[in-house]
Amino acid sequence: MSASRIDRCFEALRQQDRAALVTFVTAGYPDYQHSAEILKGLPEAGADIIELGMPFTDPMADGAPIQLASQRALAGGHNTIKTLQMVREFREHNQHTPIVLMGYYNPIYCYGVERFLDDAAASGVDGMIVVDLPPEHDNELCVPAREAGIHFIRLATPTTDAARLPGVLVNTSGFLYYVSSTGVTGSAAPTAEKVEKELARIREHTNLPVAVGFGIRTAPQAERIARFADAVVVGSALVECIANADTEAQGRDDVLSLTRELSAAVREARTTLNVS
Amino acid sequence: MSTATTLRQGPDVNGFFGHFGGRFVAETLMPLVLELQKEYARARNSKDFIDEMDALRRDFVGRKSPLYLAERLTEQLGGAKVYLKREDLLHTGAHKINNCLGQILLAKRMGKTRIIAETGAGMHGVATATVAARFGMECVVYMGSVDIHRQQPNVQRMRLLGAKVIPVTSGAGTLKDAMNEALRDWVTNVADTFYIIGTVAGPHPYPAMVRDFQSIIGEETREQILEREGRLPDTLVACVGGGSNAMGLFHPFLDDNSVAMVGVEAAGEGLDKRHAASLKGGTPGVLHGNRTFLLQSADGQIQDAHSISAGLDYPGIGPEHAWLNDIGRVSYAAITDDEALEAFHTLCRIEGIIPALETAHAIAYVMKVAPTLPQDHLIVINLSGRGDKDMSTVLAAMDASAENAEKDAGKDVKGEA
Ligand SMILES: Cc1ncc(COP(=O)(O)O)c(C=O)c1O
Repeated sequence: MSASRIDRCFEALRQQDRAALVTFVTAGYPDYQHSAEILKGLPEAGADIIELGMPFTDPMADGAPIQLASQRALAGGHNTIKTLQMVREFREHNQHTPIVLMGYYNPIYCYGVERFLDDAAASGVDGMIVVDLPPEHDNELCVPAREAGIHFIRLATPTTDAARLPGVLVNTSGFLYYVSSTGVTGSAAPTAEKVEKELARIREHTNLPVAVGFGIRTAPQAERIARFADAVVVGSALVECIANADTEAQGRDDVLSLTRELSAAVREARTTLNVS
Repeated sequence: MSTATTLRQGPDVNGFFGHFGGRFVAETLMPLVLELQKEYARARNSKDFIDEMDALRRDFVGRKSPLYLAERLTEQLGGAKVYLKREDLLHTGAHKINNCLGQILLAKRMGKTRIIAETGAGMHGVATATVAARFGMECVVYMGSVDIHRQQPNVQRMRLLGAKVIPVTSGAGTLKDAMNEALRDWVTNVADTFYIIGTVAGPHPYPAMVRDFQSIIGEETREQILEREGRLPDTLVACVGGGSNAMGLFHPFLDDNSVAMVGVEAAGEGLDKRHAASLKGGTPGVLHGNRTFLLQSADGQIQDAHSISAGLDYPGIGPEHAWLNDIGRVSYAAITDDEALEAFHTLCRIEGIIPALETAHAIAYVMKVAPTLPQDHLIVINLSGRGDKDMSTVLAAMDASAENAEKDAGKDVKGEA
């Protein structure tokens, strides 16, 4: 079943003793066609899991690069229906790479929770991260999503203390996303040493794979985090490739080549460690 | 049949007023919001907190504010008797200071040293900058670039008071975008920063907390009208942006069934064109931490509001209003830019009071309905703020209409020729 794609992915990587590379891109950015081409090219470039951003007018937890990408996508006529269509088209060629939708609650709420979950599951969506739905509101979407066979992946942050963590984990499945810094996407990352310590703290509470994200931009940074994390998430740096390119085609190619670099680094991480 | 129910108990433990409200925020902010809720619950029962607030309300803010019988307005309208609750006479010129004072005292209790705020008209920004100066705290105010342009005097005032005003250019550059940016600041600076939200919106406990701090308006009004008229008013009227001045006036009267209440939204260019009337023209959705009525597309994308008044130029409304509308306890009306401008001029000329453009929406509504009501009908308008900040907007509108009048006159001449 589609919901187990994430579990199978982490199981396979555990056997290879390496971390997953999770790439975030905004659906519909720079336009539908190039966004779909990026999606299609990511697995071959080395992405193990794809987070697909659902554009929203008011992305309160995002920094400038992802805000801009969302605005551009929406201005180009992108919407929730088209995001799901993009996933459906991707699944025609790819049955194994997990896709996690990431976004804000309002577009899902307006689409209708039940209808959204039906359509997402049918399109081949494996999981969801909804930034503004804390565990206090699990009945809104998290519980129905799990019933529909879609993982609900929760964020844990530096402000999620030991008292709160179990509550955050209760309905989380697939993996846990550790946001390594307070702040919006695209802000600077703390030192790897600090993140490693935090991760140890979190692992005392869960056996779920833990992904680390926020502020990871380069291959060396990804390599460092991949030594101890179960997955490394890169988002703003990829989205910026598109913003900085002269053409849409160039942007697409730059996203895929950065993904290749990141993938190589993630694959190297623990072998380097074993040698040294 | 008598029932013991009260409409004044909300929200529930999760911050819901009926279906509306809640705490829809990112995980990073959740522990902060919960801590604030705990600390507020403690503070509101603390004698020290209450005493300090009372003293500052009296000596720093200038409470209580008068309840003023608008004799000439009443006479001109020829119907209901119109009272004005003079929040415009408070320090900083609007009701916003009531809330800022409460929140800065909380910030102090919680050991926070840095204050952030969003502002539309700039009245909340000025009030926040004022209390931050008074308590020696750093202050950063986010303000949309469009609003910075149309509310220049308030931008200058904030700077004089030592606040840093950060222009926000994302979106339409108005209040909603300023609030996004303030939330981004808060999620980044979690340790030392207190976010003073300026209206009855945001995640729980803000809607309830801001309402409580503003309820002094309704409490005083009740006392004053009983003293003057020996009975409760028949109708309360207030403008609604996020809805804090309206909640402050309405809340103490919610269980008095004889008292009707009307919240006045901004109809902008008209409800079929660009406007800011989320209840009259919106649908339920989730934004800025709560579920409420929003101006949005079918895809759940938030639309830009429009109002001549920066303080009403917001595509949402506080969740308690959404609920009060739902259960029919409060009714809501909408007033256009043009109607508000006309009411603005009327109050200037016949009462000698320059109201804020926000407030002018409430006055315009009363100018419509008062003539149809009997002379013993008592209306209280919340005169939420003064209009000095709106000079450039009003003068520009006067110039524009003078130009249009000239053009029309020109057309007539040509048509006749
Ligand atoms: C004088 C005045 N009245 C009303 C408002 C609208 O806010 P609220 O609906 O929260 O009272 C503002 C907001 O800036 C204001 O300055």
